[in-house]
Amino acid sequence: MASRKNIKFKYYVSYLIVAVALILFTVLQLTGGLKRSTANLLAEIGYSVILAVSLNLVVGFLGELSLGHAGFMCIGAYLGTLFMKVFSGFIPSQLVCLIISMILGGLCAAFFGFIVGLPALRLKGDYLAIVTLAFGEIVRNLFKNLPWFGGAMGYTSKGYGSTLFIIAFVAILVMLFAVQNLVRSKHGRAITAIRDNEIAARATGINVTYYKLIVFVIAAFFAGVAGVIYANYTTPILYSFFSYNYSIEILVMVVLGSMGSITGSILAASFLTCVNFYLKTHLSGDMAALKYLVYALILMIVVIFGNAPALRSFREKYNPKVLFAKFFKKKPNPAAERNDAGSWDRIPTKIKMDELLTVDVKSNESVQDPDKGEK
Amino acid sequence: MAEYVLETKNLGISFGGLKAAQDVNLKIKKNQIYGLIGPNGAGKTTVFNMLTGVYKPTTGEIYLCGERIDGHGQEEINHKGIARTFQNIRLFNNMSVIRNVLVGLSNQPEYKCGLFTSMFRLPRHFKVEKAMRDRAKELLDIFGLLEERNNLACNLPYGKQRKLEIARALATNPKLLLLDEPAAGMNPQETAELMDTIRFVREHFDMTILLIEHDMSLVAGICEEITVLNFGQTLAHGSVEEVLHNSEVIRAYLGDD
Repeated sequence: MASRKNIKFKYYVSYLIVAVALILFTVLQLTGGLKRSTANLLAEIGYSVILAVSLNLVVGFLGELSLGHAGFMCIGAYLGTLFMKVFSGFIPSQLVCLIISMILGGLCAAFFGFIVGLPALRLKGDYLAIVTLAFGEIVRNLFKNLPWFGGAMGYTSKGYGSTLFIIAFVAILVMLFAVQNLVRSKHGRAITAIRDNEIAARATGINVTYYKLIVFVIAAFFAGVAGVIYANYTTPILYSFFSYNYSIEILVMVVLGSMGSITGSILAASFLTCVNFYLKTHLSGDMAALKYLVYALILMIVVIFGNAPALRSFREKYNPKVLFAKFFKKKPNPAAERNDAGSWDRIPTKIKMDELLTVDVKSNESVQDPDKGEK
Repeated sequence: MAEYVLETKNLGISFGGLKAAQDVNLKIKKNQIYGLIGPNGAGKTTVFNMLTGVYKPTTGEIYLCGERIDGHGQEEINHKGIARTFQNIRLFNNMSVIRNVLVGLSNQPEYKCGLFTSMFRLPRHFKVEKAMRDRAKELLDIFGLLEERNNLACNLPYGKQRKLEIARALATNPKLLLLDEPAAGMNPQETAELMDTIRFVREHFDMTILLIEHDMSLVAGICEEITVLNFGQTLAHGSVEEVLHNSEVIRAYLGDD
């Protein structure tokens, strides 16, 4: 039964992280305690997290490798900006305008996800990766060469301002709700079943094509939403941003946060975005070339030492769940400890370990007490 | 209602020039345990793969309760009522035991629940989810796996993995259960236990079972009718006694004198 409680805690911890960050930074923003650069960083974290979690749905839960995530983001960014421009004509509120274009931008990306997924998801593994990779490149070059989107000079958007991160964080919460509920339902079980053993999943009557397509479309939708947020964060939108490299960067976030872990994706995406952001702002001039070197070094250190035995025991000792339990339950219950599966009295030995231990302790106490009394 | 649960007529498949199976005629009555045996490479698993839609037969027809099913996809055939287990166990290894069974249940019409119902946690989702869990626990209890329901499937001992695979197949509520070498890799005691399980499944679920097996003690112990394949062709057919004393069958297994 304990394991079920752990699972529940695991699901809520991701909401908790995002909600706390949202409230904290919103209060700071409203009281004017937030620097402009921090607000920018938070907006970057916002869309990175959305991208990482949605890609995790494809890579971690469905088990297919997609390298075209930046392509879906690109569709969302360009078309979302287009919608923003169209709607700002007759909707005065910029917020409403942004929300509508986020949804529409996402839907457009989802539509492309459907069109690409329909033929591509018949492929597997490396072949699917190649097709999605090609798709990403096609999309960004298409937008570069279409006459309405500013070509290589970039597509100028208005930009939303420094409160964009609040909307991005609310979008993360909405996405977490949708994605986690999906993963925890019978549909999520079907999706993980496909990842674990596709042949068995088919034989168990799971419509593999349907679920693959659904996951692909949902991931594309959220990538599109992230694209709209990105478009409102930077201007002009440059086609070169949505390159193959960026798809890989999202994949790195997913892998670093461990595949199939949503909380992991959130943390890894935030961490890598911070590293990137600080390297970008602090290494200027001649030092700018060092950025990729330092970034690569940090990645290597994290990957190599992230799973080191010493660190793992540290994590087990100081993970939030344990600290949480310590905070509320000051003294561990001795009776509960006895029930531990690995406790002495469960191990069949010739000598009764339990009796030996209790006898020793009692005799010590009885010796010490009279001494103290005499003094 | 058709007379036979499964009927194949001149079922055959060829890969290029190789005729992996030819003119296989099976007639399986309701509630029967039917054996499909033969030396290695005789085409037994190929027949299974045709029945479950992995391969499309090049000749012949397959009828399930009088309904023609050949040419359909694997998922559809499962929905129509054929469930199978695999020669080398194929569980969802990284999922818990109960989730393996829940996956099997998820296509039942009574547990229907749309994607958005689950995504937005509408009341129907909780109702369906609870009903599915109860049913899954019931199934696991029958197979003695209830205690281990939260363990990962890959951590189960071999015999229990076999049982779980059967439980998962039964969760899809089939009319016909196909078992591909259920006793492979088992010791005599486990095999005896498995025989009891198979008999129990037949009684309790009112199931028709077709099984491939090399272990003759299991075949002789529980099968009521047997078909022997050799080089893709039917060598013999009949009751256990008849078949196992058939001189051609003995020759196919042991070779000429």
